[in-house]
Parts: sequence; structure tokens; C-alpha cells
Amino acid sequence: MSPLTLIFGLPLVAALLLALVPRNYRFAIRALALLASLISMLVALYIFITFYHAAAAEGFRYVERYAWAKGLGISYHVGADGLNLGLILMGAVVLFAAVCVSWRINTREKEYYILLLLMGGGILGAFASLDLFFFYFFHELALVPAFLLIGIWGHGEDKNYAAYQITLYLSAGALLVLLGLLALYLQLPPPERTFDIVELTRYFKAHPLHSGAEHWIFPLLLFGFGILVSLWPFHTWAPLGYASAPTGAAMIHAGVLKKFGLYGLIRVALPLMPDEAQHWAYVLSVLCLGNIVYCGFVAMRQRDLNLLLGNSSVAHVGFAFLGIASLSLIGLTGTVVIMVAHGFLAALNFALSGYLRDELKTLDMSQMGGLLRQLPFIGTVMIMAMLAGCGLPGFANFFGEMLVLFGNWNRSGAITTLALWGALVIAGVYMLRAIRAIWHGQKDWPGISDAANLWRKLPFALLLAALIVFGCFPRLLTDEIKTSLAPVAQLVEPEAPATLALSDIKGYHP
Amino acid sequence: MNPSLLILELAVVGLALALLLIDLWTPRQFKHRLGYVAAAGLLVILAASFAAPVAGGLPVVGCDGMFVQDGLALFFKRIFLAAAFFVVLMAVEFRDRFTAGIGEFYVIVLLALAGMMLAASANDFVMVYVALEMMAVSFYVLVSFQRSRPDSLEAGVKYLILSGVSAAVLIFGIALVFGAAGGTNFAALGAAGPRLARNPLFLLGALLVLLGLAFKIASIPMQMWAPDVYQGAPTPVTAFLAIGSKAAGFVLVLRVLFVAAPALSVHWAALLAWGAALTILYGNLCAIPQRSLKRLLGYSSIANAGYMLLGVAALNAPGSAAVLYYLAGYAFTLAAAFVVICLVARESDDIAVLAGLNRRSPLLALSLTLAMVSLAGVPPLAGFLGKLLLLKAVLQQAAFNGAYLWLALVAVAGVVISLYYYFGVIRAVYWPRETPDHSPIPVSWPMRFSLGLCIAGMFYLGIFPDPVLTAATQAVRALKF
Repeated sequence: MSPLTLIFGLPLVAALLLALVPRNYRFAIRALALLASLISMLVALYIFITFYHAAAAEGFRYVERYAWAKGLGISYHVGADGLNLGLILMGAVVLFAAVCVSWRINTREKEYYILLLLMGGGILGAFASLDLFFFYFFHELALVPAFLLIGIWGHGEDKNYAAYQITLYLSAGALLVLLGLLALYLQLPPPERTFDIVELTRYFKAHPLHSGAEHWIFPLLLFGFGILVSLWPFHTWAPLGYASAPTGAAMIHAGVLKKFGLYGLIRVALPLMPDEAQHWAYVLSVLCLGNIVYCGFVAMRQRDLNLLLGNSSVAHVGFAFLGIASLSLIGLTGTVVIMVAHGFLAALNFALSGYLRDELKTLDMSQMGGLLRQLPFIGTVMIMAMLAGCGLPGFANFFGEMLVLFGNWNRSGAITTLALWGALVIAGVYMLRAIRAIWHGQKDWPGISDAANLWRKLPFALLLAALIVFGCFPRLLTDEIKTSLAPVAQLVEPEAPATLALSDIKGYHP
Repeated sequence: MNPSLLILELAVVGLALALLLIDLWTPRQFKHRLGYVAAAGLLVILAASFAAPVAGGLPVVGCDGMFVQDGLALFFKRIFLAAAFFVVLMAVEFRDRFTAGIGEFYVIVLLALAGMMLAASANDFVMVYVALEMMAVSFYVLVSFQRSRPDSLEAGVKYLILSGVSAAVLIFGIALVFGAAGGTNFAALGAAGPRLARNPLFLLGALLVLLGLAFKIASIPMQMWAPDVYQGAPTPVTAFLAIGSKAAGFVLVLRVLFVAAPALSVHWAALLAWGAALTILYGNLCAIPQRSLKRLLGYSSIANAGYMLLGVAALNAPGSAAVLYYLAGYAFTLAAAFVVICLVARESDDIAVLAGLNRRSPLLALSLTLAMVSLAGVPPLAGFLGKLLLLKAVLQQAAFNGAYLWLALVAVAGVVISLYYYFGVIRAVYWPRETPDHSPIPVSWPMRFSLGLCIAGMFYLGIFPDPVLTAATQAVRALKF
């Protein structure tokens, strides 16, 4: 059995086992959830460390494959390459951290942990799958848990609306994707039809798609995946959804689930329809300016910390889109780095704001202030996270955004300049203002306490450490990403020399 | 006549007659146990349908070409038998709401079942009419079985009148077909297809026949009755209408279009596609404001008829196979939903009765949630794979005709709309913090068994498509495209 099966199988099996535990065994329920996600994280760490030494087949390692439904060409096929390796590690770490910070949940714990593990295990399965059917299947497992998590354990007046909005938006996006994927599948002659991504890539490389169908399949995938990643102007579900969700669910949703659409674009849409990608690149780069600049301004106006973080998270995925729109190896590599970095960062941000909400019972920044004295640990971590969010070197986000901007320069200087401005100035303004409003000042807060012991500090430390490690040693990610993306970049931009890659900026990292 | 050909139908009718006799000697307080006898008998007949003498050496035509036993017929007969199994078990739980005639209830359910099974094997328009009338007359009685409740009587009258009208349309269509073609046998009509396809009398006749069948599947323009009758009928009857009657309509639609008039179906692609699109949108949009669970499922059943029409409109073998697959999943899904409604909605079936169901009975809450998720077409349940197969069939046709892409987009829009009300049911279960009623709901062992079967079926069809899809693909070999 591939360790990848273990990584996503453990949380899913634990969710099923939890259903059998009586609901008053609260400790056992939490311990089982923690244990499953911990082992899943350790296995993910193990494959991340040993990845280079594992046997590779067609660019994928830790492959496991057998036929599932022969009649439809569905196979159970998991494998890791540079593109999903970092995402799987990030997802597993975030899942563990999300279970860790959920200790404050004290109503219907059993259902809460079942749904959280289903959501986390599902999305890890989607990242590990190399078969389009399971890729879609596992992602959709999160739909119902997200609805219930927001509706039952959510916060705020608008949680009902938010639960519906996120469900309807995400299923609309997912169904457009499903149409696109089915249409791609049907492009193959009947006996060869398969959902296997590796075989599809091979087939479309040998028989590029020129039937006219690609003109509508690509936009279906682009906007379908785009809705799932909150591409402007389909982003409105994201800030409110995250703000209303309970902490653990917001962490997994904003951190991990949101990367599914980006991953799908790079894994499926670009390599299978490289010519269409060229046509749509400009449209995409304009739309993602909407994310970066418009949502950046929206974030600036927020008084609620969670809405600020939600909008800033929408703004950040704009950079990931920009990297895809650059269609260059540097830009795509940057996108994958951002996906990993933003996963850690968004999870960390929502974990911290969840902590603040539980302590202060409010997230209105105009009522906060002076908290750094009483919450030194949480405050320090949050300030570092916010600095990471405005692209400070030393954090993984900086490296990803830089690569994206480099990769995009040759394509359009004007868009790059605007994006750069959005990254440095707008993000700087709202993040620094938030730091001032929350942490500085004279206000006293009786009765609140900092993360008391190592156990409570662990999830925050873990996520922050990941950001710093990948920020200081980005080659841990980029070396493998570059190798896996080179064929994709070759397809979408055949003229560009693949060797250009990261060698020019190698001097950057220590 | 070859009695061994009709063995399954004869067994069902025999079971019904036996029950009628046993009923005479059964004391009143034990009469509900006849339901268990009926369920056990149905299980035996279902098992027999897999046995070699029945399932081997197909297809067989008999009774002067009126009756055909082929893969398609058997696939549907198994769905009907399974549906009837759940219905009689549900009726046992429902007994305290009938004033009289508990024993007869099972008998009439079995007679309706026999009608459906004959419809699955119909190979002649006369047979279609006889089978459908056998089904409809049984349902006239069943729908108004709660004689003391005005709702039930009202539903019965509505069903009687509208079903009568649709039967009149159907028989008029059959008469025109007979007039144009000089015969009513499907095989003969199919062979004469190209000549008949230009005969306006035949076209009108076939159209009227389809309209009559549209009543059974509850699709536009004959969908009007479904919400009212679903709401008023006793819950087990609603379940049987939603699963059995609809499936019987679909097997006849498939046979009429692809056996009796294959030359015609190509020209009617646009008609079918519009019918599917409008039915999907009508059912889903009208379901949004509903407060009554059974009425909501009535509109949902219209929407689902629309989804299944997608497979018919695709005019290809994968499309028809997808209809069969979808119906199999739909049977388990709806059976689970109606079992829960039967047990929970005793006084009223307002959606508010679900409040706190997860504390009153976790099993019922889980079953209802899974049923709604499956209806909404979310993995890993049966509804997802069914919709995936239907969409695949439609997109396959889009390669030849771009309009099918729009049809697929309408279907997708319908699914998104439907999430709103299906998830509204889930919300009604879990959201409310204060619940009016905390009393636990007892769930008897037969009901637990039924729910377990339904849940297993939903998961099985949602995760392991191969066996049933292979069976469905083989079943539709009887059809010509």
C-alpha cells in the first residue's frame, strides 16, 4: 500500500470509527481524531523527506494503482510528484493543526470531529489522486461537511447565509468542472476512455485536441476551478464563509480546499489544453488583478478581523492565478510555492483569529487594542503571520510571490507592476493597520489568557515553523516542483528555454 | 401462452391471492403481520428473478408477441420488487393510521406491483394499456386508503381524475397508432418504422402515447398531479408512486421510443431535450418554497424525472443505461427518505417536525441526511454516479449537436438549485437548538433492516459502479438507437 493511501485513508477511517464511539466518551473522540491526523501528518512528512530516494515511474513516486471500474475507465491511482508533494504535506499539517485548535468545541464533539476529518481526509485524497474521477470525488466529500460545520458550529449573524452561499457557489464551480472533465474524457475514442490523468496527458500530448470542443472545455474548467478558488468576480463566498466557519473548518477550507482549483488548473487544464491556455492567459491575468487590487482594497475597509483575513486570502490567491497566467516555468513554480505557503499562512491566520474570538468574544478591530501585553505568544505569532502576509522575505510567501512576478514580467509589465503594487502597498497597509489596531495601545483586557502550555502552542508553532522553513529554504520545494512542472511549461510555452528556470535567482537563497 | 414466461408475475399475483385468503382467518390484532409475510414472499420472488430458469436464455417473447422477457424487463422487475419490499414493510409501521383494511392494503400493493411488472415486459400497446390500468386502478384505492383523512381523499380524487384523463390520452394515441399502422406490436411497428415515420397520424398517435406516459413519470406537461397526490397519499403509497410508478413509466418510454418507434426518436430529440430541461427547472424551482416534506419530494420527483429524461434525450445506449442506473439508486434513496418520513411525520409532515431528529434517533437523522445528499448528487452516494452517467451521455451527444451542451448546463443549474432545498432538509434536522419534542423515536428491527439496506445500496451504487452499470448496459441491448 502506498503511504499516500495512508495519509488520506487514516482520517477517513478515523471518521468512520468515530461514528461508533459513544458520544459521552469525549476524551476518546478527541484522542482518536488527534491520533489519526498526527499519524497522517507524520507519514506525509516521511514521504516529503524520503521523496527524492523513492522509486519513480513516469515522474510519479509512491504510486499505487489498480482498476476500479473497468466499464468507465476509472482506476484507483495515487502518486506524488513535485506538484502535489508540498500540497499533501501542507494539507496533513493543517489538518493536524485544525484538530489541535478544536479543543474549545464542546457541543456535539463527535459529529464535529467526524465532519472535520471527512473534509480533511477528502481533500488530501483529491491531491493524491491521479484519476480524475477520484480527484473530483474526494474533493466533493468536503461539500456536506462544510455546510454542516458552518451551520452548526459557525459564528455570526450571517452564518446561515454563509453556509448556503459557500455550498451553492462551490457546487456550481465543481459541476462546471465535472462537465469539463467529462467532456475531456469523451474526447478519447471509446475503447481507450480513461479518467487516468497520466494516460490522458500522454494521449493528448500525442493527439492534441483540435476538435473545436477545447474552445468550450477550457473555459468550463477555468471558471469552474476559478469559482472554487474564489477568482474575482466569483469570490464573494469566501470572506463571509471563512468568517462564519468554526476555526478548524476555516483553517482547512481556506488553507487546503481552496488550493484544489489551482491544483486542478495546473494538473489538468494546462497540460491537456496548452493552446487554449495561451488564449485565456490574458483574461486570467486581468481577472486576477481583480483579486489582488480590488479585494485588497476591500480588505482595507474591513473592521472585522476575520473578514479582513478572508479578503486578504482572496487577494493572495490572485498571485497564484497570476503565476498560472504567466505560463512560464518560473511563474508556475511560484504558483505552487504560493499554494503551499498560503495554505500554511491562511490556516495560521484563522487559527489565531479563532483564538482571539474565543478569548475576546469579538473580532471587531475597533474595539481591540493593547492585546500584545496580555497575549505575548499569540501576538508575536500573529504579527509574524501578518508580516508574512504582506510578503516579508524570510517567509515562504515572499519567495512564491517573487517568482510569480518574475515569471510574469516578460508577459505584461503593466499587470506585473499593478500586482506588485497590490502586494506591497495594499497588503502592507491593511496588515500593518490591523497590527496597530489589535496589538498596540493601552487597553486592558481582564480575564483573557495566552496559549497556556506547549500543547496549546503547538499548532501555531507548527504552522509558523513551516512558513519560516520553506521561506528560508525554498529549494526544499522548488527543486521537485521545477522537475515536475518542466514538461507542463514546455507544453504551454514551447519556445521558452526550460533551463532558464530558477538558475538565475539561485543566488537568493542561503 | 407459456406460463413459465410469466412465472414472476404469477408468483406476485399468487402471493396476493394467498394473502387475501390468509387475511380471512387472521385475527384483527395480527393482521399487520401479513406485511412481513408479503415482504418475505417478495424477497423470495426477487431471489428467484436471478435464478437461471428466469434469467437465462433471454430474450424470450411469448403470448402472441405481447410479452417479452429480456434483460431490460428483468432489471426493472427487480427494482419494482425491491420497492414493493420496502413499501410493505413501511406499511406495517403505518398500520395505526389506517382505519380498516390492513390486510387488503398489502394485497393491493402486490396487484399494483404485478401491473408494473407486466408493464416492464410489455411488447404491445394493448399490453401497455392493460398493465398501466392495472397499476392505476390499484393506486386509486391506495392513494385514498386513509379514508378518514380529507387530504387522502382529495389526493385520491385528483389522482383518479388526472390519471383517467391521461389514460384517455394514452388510449386515443394507441388507437391512432393502430389506425395508421394496422397493428400494435412493438416489434412489428419498429420494423415498419421508416415508412410510418412520415405518417402524420402515426406521429400524432405516438406523441399522445408519450404524453400519457409523461403522466406516469411526472414530467412536463403532465406533472401537475405529483405534488398534491404525493402530499395527500399515505406515506408508503407515496413511496411506491415515486419509485415504482415512475420506473414503470420510464421502462415504457424507453420501449416505445427505442423499440416501437426508433425511426421517430431521432426527430424528437429536440422535443425530449426541451421536456427534460423544462421539467428539471420546473421541479427544482417549485420545490424551493415547500414546507411539507412529501410535497417537497413531489417536486423533487418531477426534477428527477427531468434528469432521467436527459438520458432518454441523449438517444444513445449509455444514456438509457444511465437512466436504469439512476433509477436503481433513486429507489434506495427514496425508500430511505420515505421510511424516515413515515416514522417521523406522524401528525404533520411539515419540515419543522425534523427539528432535533439527530437526538431523537441518530439512525433516522443519518438516513435522511444521506438520502438528501444522494438526491443532491454529491459523492460518495448513488445520486452522484447516476447524474455523472446522465451528464456523460448528454455530453457524448454534444459532439454531434451543440445544443446538448446547453442541456447539460441546464441540468447543472438544476442540480445547484436543488442543493438549496435538499440541504434545507438537512438544516431542519441539525440546526435548531430548541426542539419541541425530545422523545426518542423507536425504530423497529424491520425498519432498521430496511434503512441499513438503503444506506448500503446508496453507498454501493455511489462507489462501485461496475456491476450494476454492466447489468444496465446489457439490459439496454434490447433497445435500438
